[in-house]
Amino acid sequence: MSETVSGVVFLAFAFATIGGAVMMLATRNVVHAAFWLLEVMLATAGLYLLLSAEFLALVQVLVYAGSVAVLVLFTIMLTLRRREDAIRPYEPGWAAAILATLFGAAVLFAVERFASQLPPGTMPASVPDLALFGQTLFTAWAVPFEIASLVLLVALVGAVWWSGGDGS
Amino acid sequence: MTLLQPVGLLSFMALSAVLFSLGLYGALSRKSAVMVLMSLELMANAININLVAISRFSAPAELTGQIFAVFSMVVSAAEIGLGLALVIALYRQRKTVEIDSMQELKG
Repeated sequence: MSETVSGVVFLAFAFATIGGAVMMLATRNVVHAAFWLLEVMLATAGLYLLLSAEFLALVQVLVYAGSVAVLVLFTIMLTLRRREDAIRPYEPGWAAAILATLFGAAVLFAVERFASQLPPGTMPASVPDLALFGQTLFTAWAVPFEIASLVLLVALVGAVWWSGGDGS
Repeated sequence: MTLLQPVGLLSFMALSAVLFSLGLYGALSRKSAVMVLMSLELMANAININLVAISRFSAPAELTGQIFAVFSMVVSAAEIGLGLALVIALYRQRKTVEIDSMQELKG
């Protein structure tokens, strides 16, 4: 990737991300919402590419756009009795909208307020390479890595245990 | 920010804040358990963008933010798996995925 991120590319990915999130919340069909979530995850992978995090972009596509989207779609299909049940009633949630708007405005204000303490505007030219990423992950972060694999194993067993039918 | 100039850290953080707020709104307002879990994924996604962006702009050689983002992805993958398993368990018992049907502990 180039050292400088062009504003046009960033704006395209930002529009895809936020527009997809808005559409996911605006559509009343749960299946359509799952596909909009998939689109948001793919646009986020593009943002990771802009930030020269190629490995994370690949993991994002594999884990979120692949497994999580399929898992969500399977759950939707398993928990719908009729095709019409995918259409949800209209739920504006005005109180939640006000709260989320206030929260977002507060965070944006804080980011703007402390902008002078952030690192300077342009991206550093030095790009960390993938080999260094792997080396760091398996030396300095080896113990957290093993704990993360244990977390995944426990989550796997727990998910099978909870969703398995006849055992209970 | 003009169009052809390099993008700064502020733009990424603003994008992440907007995405997080949208996820917060979805998680608080939806009544379908699957939609709530999908909104939680949106919020986790916003956090990951923030981690990677700050790591890239402040200390790109140390990669700490990217490694944190990997661990955060692990936790959110475990969360969505367990959450959807809970939704299926709820559906077996109640034949519905509405959050309103879970209120045994309501005072």
